Amino acid sequence: MDHETILRITNLTKEYHALKAVDRISFDVSSGEIVGLLGPNGAGKTTTINMILGILEPTGGSIEILGKDLRKCGPDIRKHMNFAAVYAHMPANLTVRQNLYIFGLLYEINNIKDRINVLLREFDLERFASTKAGLLSSGEASRLSLAKAIMNEPRLLLLDEPTASLDPSISQLIREKIRRYMARSRAGILWTSHNMNEIETVCDRVMFLAHGRILLNGSPKTLPAEHGMKTLEELFIAVAREPVCLEHEVST
Amino acid sequence: MSLSRVYAIYIRQMFLLKSNPTRLATVFLWLIIDIIQWGFITKYIGSFGEATFGFVTVILGAIILWEFMSRIQQGMLMAFLEDIWTQNFINFFASPLKVGEYLSGLVLTSITTGLAGFFAVVAIAGSVFGYNVFRIGALLIPFMVILLIFGIGMGVFVSAIIFRLGPSAEWLGWPIPMVLALFAGVYFPISTLPPALHAFAKLIPASYVFESMRAVLTAKTFTSDLFLNLLIGGLLALAYLLIASRVFIHIYRKNLESGTIARFNAEAL
Repeated sequence: MDHETILRITNLTKEYHALKAVDRISFDVSSGEIVGLLGPNGAGKTTTINMILGILEPTGGSIEILGKDLRKCGPDIRKHMNFAAVYAHMPANLTVRQNLYIFGLLYEINNIKDRINVLLREFDLERFASTKAGLLSSGEASRLSLAKAIMNEPRLLLLDEPTASLDPSISQLIREKIRRYMARSRAGILWTSHNMNEIETVCDRVMFLAHGRILLNGSPKTLPAEHGMKTLEELFIAVAREPVCLEHEVST
Repeated sequence: MSLSRVYAIYIRQMFLLKSNPTRLATVFLWLIIDIIQWGFITKYIGSFGEATFGFVTVILGAIILWEFMSRIQQGMLMAFLEDIWTQNFINFFASPLKVGEYLSGLVLTSITTGLAGFFAVVAIAGSVFGYNVFRIGALLIPFMVILLIFGIGMGVFVSAIIFRLGPSAEWLGWPIPMVLALFAGVYFPISTLPPALHAFAKLIPASYVFESMRAVLTAKTFTSDLFLNLLIGGLLALAYLLIASRVFIHIYRKNLESGTIARFNAEAL
């Protein structure tokens, strides 16, 4: 199996005056791997994702994507990555097809119209092609975000709560589509979610973040037992409520 | 620079105009109202007689050119505000889009809407008031180029200020042309202003255009002074555009440091 490193984060730090939102974190994401980034609200997950996306300047550390430094080769690297986030809506006043067309131009996709037709079919959006994005339901809007996210066949896909506020049936559909994409493209995926069942089902590896630091890193199947917990959810609650104790436990 | 990405920014605005005809009001409606109002005002003033020049000829020509410049500035501002209102910066700037490509797309949009408005107004001025702006002759080209560059510079600068202060600073963008018009010699020669304000007027590239235009239309000759005037006006406009672009890029980088791009909306700032 190919284990090319897609994303390498080294000592990544983001400070806002006295506050350390992200504190010297380091991790890798390999091709064909889905890594879950977990943690309570304010733990630093979205800050980390924004830094990887290049829309937030780190205070320190480095981000390498496909072996290239993001700071030096930002726009070139971004051709090979993409994202979907619950807070990054597609422009509501454009239709589904217009949205995909614009992002196809931004990512310099060849044969844009053919690619759009494939995506519309794949994400069951054909009948909404001429509908404005603002009129879509949450599930349809999520499918559109995901269609945009894989439009350029990214090697690195960042998903910030891609199934938040979706019903279980649509969430499962979205997960399947992401899984299918990963199997086909061997992309590396970094995934944040507050849904522990989803993380267990989807992720090959998880990292727990609290107060901007990675406290735990391992398989979602074995990590709870390693820390005396029955489920991932229990472990999540422990990290959220008593991160200092867990940090001590891990360091000793 | 990728033409595909510049086109993406441009075509987004064209899609918006096409999908919602009420947006055309921003391109045509105010322009048409302004030109009709000023057309009748100048016609009325001209009817008093004794004037040594045609009011319609001088003032209506100046209004048409000033509106062209204002629409260029506001075209850029509107396109920029669309991205704020739809909270689209995160999608755009997380893509391979470079800030220069983004600005170029906005400029292309404003040139399109500015020229569309200009030709509409020229048609109305011709059919309602019998005024032909092309009687200015070949000098119309340098006049319009200077105003275009200055309009783009103002549009970039105002967008930069909003990018820094947040969407609530939007109101700053609208009155700027009205304020500048007082000092740019649009409605009256700069010599009409108190002497203390002459120096300020000389800093506005548009003032060189309107002073030159008045000279050409009244004296009907082209002198070397006119050439120098246009050269100074053109260089000033270019300098302002350069400064405004640097300011925009600087603020973009500051926003990358502060994280503002990721959460750029009216509530967050």
